[in-house]
Amino acid sequence: MKFTSTHEWVKKEGNLSAVGITEYAAGELGDIVFVQLPEVGDNVVAGEAFAEVESVKAVESVLSPVTGIVKAINEEIIDSPELINEDAYSAWFVKVQVEQEGELISQQEYLDLIK
Amino acid sequence: MLTIYQRSKIGAKSFEAPFITVPKYALDDKYLGKEETILPSVSEIDIVRHYTKLSQNAFGVDNGFYPLGSCTMKYNPKLNEITASLDGFTSVHPLQEEKSVQGCLCLMYELSQQLKAITGMNFSLQPAAGAHGELAGLMIMKAYHESRNDFKRTKIIIPNSAHGTNPASAALAGMEIINIPSLDDGSVDIIALKNACGDDTAGFMLTNPNTLGLFEEKIMEINKIVHKCGGLMYYDGANLNAIMGIARPLDMGFDIMHINLHKTFSTPHGGGGPGSGPVGCADFLQQFLPSPIVIKENDNYIFHKPSKSIGKVKNFYGNFLVMVKAYTYILTLGAEGIVGAAQKAVLNANYLKEKLREIYYTKGSCMHEFVLSMQKVKEDTKVTALDIAKAMIDKNIHPPTMYFPAIVQEALMFEPTETESKTTLDNAAKVIIDIVKKAYVSADELHSAPKKAYITRPDETLAARNPKLRIDLAKG
Amino acid sequence: MSTYTPHTQKEVQEMLKELNLTSLHELYKPIPKECLLQKLDLPSGLSQFEVEKMVKSLAQKNRLYPIILRGAGAYHHYIPPVVREMSKRSEFVTAYTPYQAEMSQGILQSIFEYQTMICELTGLDVSNASHYDGATAAAEAYFMCKDKKRSKLIVSPFIKESTLEVLQTYINNSDIVVAPQNDFGKIDLEKLTKLFDDTTAAIYIEQPAKNGVIEDAKKVGELAKDYGVKFIMGVYPIAMGLIKKPSECLADIAVGEGQSLGLNLAFGGPYLGFMATKTALQRKLPGRIVGETVDAKGSKAYVLTLQAREQHIRREKASSNICSNQAHCALTAAMYLATMGQKGLKDVALACVSNAHYLKDQLLSLGFSLKYKGEFFNEFVTVSDIDSKMLLYELEKNDILGGLPLSSKEILWCVTETVTRKDLDRVVEIIKGGVC
Repeated sequence: MKFTSTHEWVKKEGNLSAVGITEYAAGELGDIVFVQLPEVGDNVVAGEAFAEVESVKAVESVLSPVTGIVKAINEEIIDSPELINEDAYSAWFVKVQVEQEGELISQQEYLDLIK
Repeated sequence: MLTIYQRSKIGAKSFEAPFITVPKYALDDKYLGKEETILPSVSEIDIVRHYTKLSQNAFGVDNGFYPLGSCTMKYNPKLNEITASLDGFTSVHPLQEEKSVQGCLCLMYELSQQLKAITGMNFSLQPAAGAHGELAGLMIMKAYHESRNDFKRTKIIIPNSAHGTNPASAALAGMEIINIPSLDDGSVDIIALKNACGDDTAGFMLTNPNTLGLFEEKIMEINKIVHKCGGLMYYDGANLNAIMGIARPLDMGFDIMHINLHKTFSTPHGGGGPGSGPVGCADFLQQFLPSPIVIKENDNYIFHKPSKSIGKVKNFYGNFLVMVKAYTYILTLGAEGIVGAAQKAVLNANYLKEKLREIYYTKGSCMHEFVLSMQKVKEDTKVTALDIAKAMIDKNIHPPTMYFPAIVQEALMFEPTETESKTTLDNAAKVIIDIVKKAYVSADELHSAPKKAYITRPDETLAARNPKLRIDLAKG
Repeated sequence: MSTYTPHTQKEVQEMLKELNLTSLHELYKPIPKECLLQKLDLPSGLSQFEVEKMVKSLAQKNRLYPIILRGAGAYHHYIPPVVREMSKRSEFVTAYTPYQAEMSQGILQSIFEYQTMICELTGLDVSNASHYDGATAAAEAYFMCKDKKRSKLIVSPFIKESTLEVLQTYINNSDIVVAPQNDFGKIDLEKLTKLFDDTTAAIYIEQPAKNGVIEDAKKVGELAKDYGVKFIMGVYPIAMGLIKKPSECLADIAVGEGQSLGLNLAFGGPYLGFMATKTALQRKLPGRIVGETVDAKGSKAYVLTLQAREQHIRREKASSNICSNQAHCALTAAMYLATMGQKGLKDVALACVSNAHYLKDQLLSLGFSLKYKGEFFNEFVTVSDIDSKMLLYELEKNDILGGLPLSSKEILWCVTETVTRKDLDRVVEIIKGGVC
């Protein structure tokens, strides 16, 4: 699993990569009430917003760690956005066929960042 | 509380339609609606009791102290309500001939003149609210640049301490937003402003006094920087109450502004509206104002479309009855009363701030409002600004504005306004200090405040996750 | 002069002393001298008696008409006394936006009930807490439909001029296309389909149209659906007592001018824009929305919800900048609908359509003709050789505000439940005697 400095994670799963937000980001937002995801087939670009998460009093854009094509979206978090607060690392947002990685950092580097 | 639908009974009614004295006309069946429209069937006494009950669970300025920062919840004089209910205003059709509505037109003209005296600017009264006036103002800014064939000015500079409507209005007007940081006291970061200014700058939006209640002492330098790069200065009139009659936005170098009649000029908020947000501008921009405006020709008042008008921003002429209230207010106060109101608003804010020095000390004087940070209380006790605000409800005081501006942690923003007495302020100070002291001895009690309100704290997360946005009539 | 500041002189001195100041002027030390105003150029203040007298004299300069046959966006309907009285309660009038739910359950519940009634009136799933007016609601509805690919807005040729002007102010003019009309005075459905393409965001029509004619709204809805275009329907709420509502016409968004729901003509405002949509679009709704939830003890509670859509949170990313709305007008509209009930609303609609058709028949018998062939609700356009101005002047002399002159030969009449057969017969007599 790799990270971005903007609090997203990306993890290789077969020939696709799952993308989500970090536990830290979910905690900062508070109770997440709504997630807006792209559609399957959409292009995502590293460093650009592809999704939005809303809590009661905040809304944040989620930036893509990679460039590629969305192959799957997680319908479960649309129905139950609380899953992201419960376990941010299993609550993936999209699975992407990666064409190019963006600027990624290691787990240790990320942990140092949010210290 | 029962809902109006729960009070509904088949066969009950409180309205008898006038008897139809002409042959009943039957529209062809293909036009007729087939789906049922379920409205309550309620007797008149039940309507009265229902809305009386709802009103008893509402809190207005008439109920108690309302120090809601940036909202200017001053007393709404009863005379304003009386003049705005005059049949000669309420029963006038907006499309009557001009000669038959000279009273309305004269009032609009005179109100514009009053606002000009206070601000130095020329107004269109059409916008319905502050944000609406802002949008119109930014459209004027855009139209001005474009009229000079200057199409590259697409960027608007906004301090991060600004009201949320500023960037939202600019985006709706099709501008790109450049957020600049503010200094710790909320004032403009001059260096950041200079760096942001360029030949693509459309303008700069500013509230003065700023959202921390401080007057921008470098306002003349700021306006020179913006004007030098070719941009225009926009004045968000939300905080005009502090300086009305004392300093005019035009003289501070602003070119365009809006006024919230429902803040500064004592027209009530009505639970969220209607407001009125006249948009004003300096002489060189007045041909861009929304249409129509009222002008005086000989002894007649007539509607006029400015030559380069951005167009209509609303049907008809604006929230006219709100204008009647503001006009009545300004006539009553007059020159010395307007100045006196501003002074007392500033006096009250400084006095309350001074009375609270025991729990939070800030150096220097403020204008009509001030912001306290409850960060230390939170670190010491885990009691948050929210907890403190909610505890005030049990003392019959409306909480201050919370968590705004975002540049202050655990912010509570107080704006007492000029219509509160020393006694009220002394009492409020005591209440607030007692609450903060309580945080150090029984924090838990504050986490669950309020206790005496109609409800305890609502579950906002549930409301947003599973939106229930109307009464489920199947369930009753 | 009344100032409404409660301070005694003694208290002012005490307060200044507490601040280590000697005069009120010192409070303004931070303001640069060059900005200070030497003297505010306004007259001195007046007593309440004097002000009331002055403003009353202005009100008296306006001409009032006991009989009004003019509409065109502002409708003279009877407002039941209970609505007029109860809406005045000062707890409603002087409250702020109900951000503090614990203190504002009454206001929140009134909006929640309003939302419910607007849903019923339009047949759609969700309503917001109100808009400035019908025209701005139409503009904001377009923004809900617009995206990167679809930006074109098609409008009926018979939407009100003022709605069109507001749309032109809000929207890129190159994105607005006015559809062709047919012989009946409606939107031409055949030609309409040729305008639909994959850049079309929405179509907007008004029901009834500005000429009073009832549009074939359901067919518009069906066509829009076929082409993947969103259908925004602007409706006159009183007409909803009889004719097909937006849900029956497959509308995605319903908007309208709510003035006729218990609000005074008031020279154009404050009025009420209402807006409702389907659940699928609820997060795109602009403005405040009230939702039901529970409090910490599990009791029913109302709150402002889905706030992350709004400007105070989303700032420049918000799709609307609306903050203050027309809450008190919405409260009044809800009171009106609760007072009318389903039957009352239907009765009023029936009175409107019957009275209007009666006047139409009488005018036709005087030699007037109808400009449009289409069936109408309570407004219609007449054509005659009689000069409109002259005719209206004759009526005016008899304290009657006639229809809106559209040209020297055409008049747009509007008839509501507020007139009787006797009134209408008098109108006809005056026209016959004066100008025919």
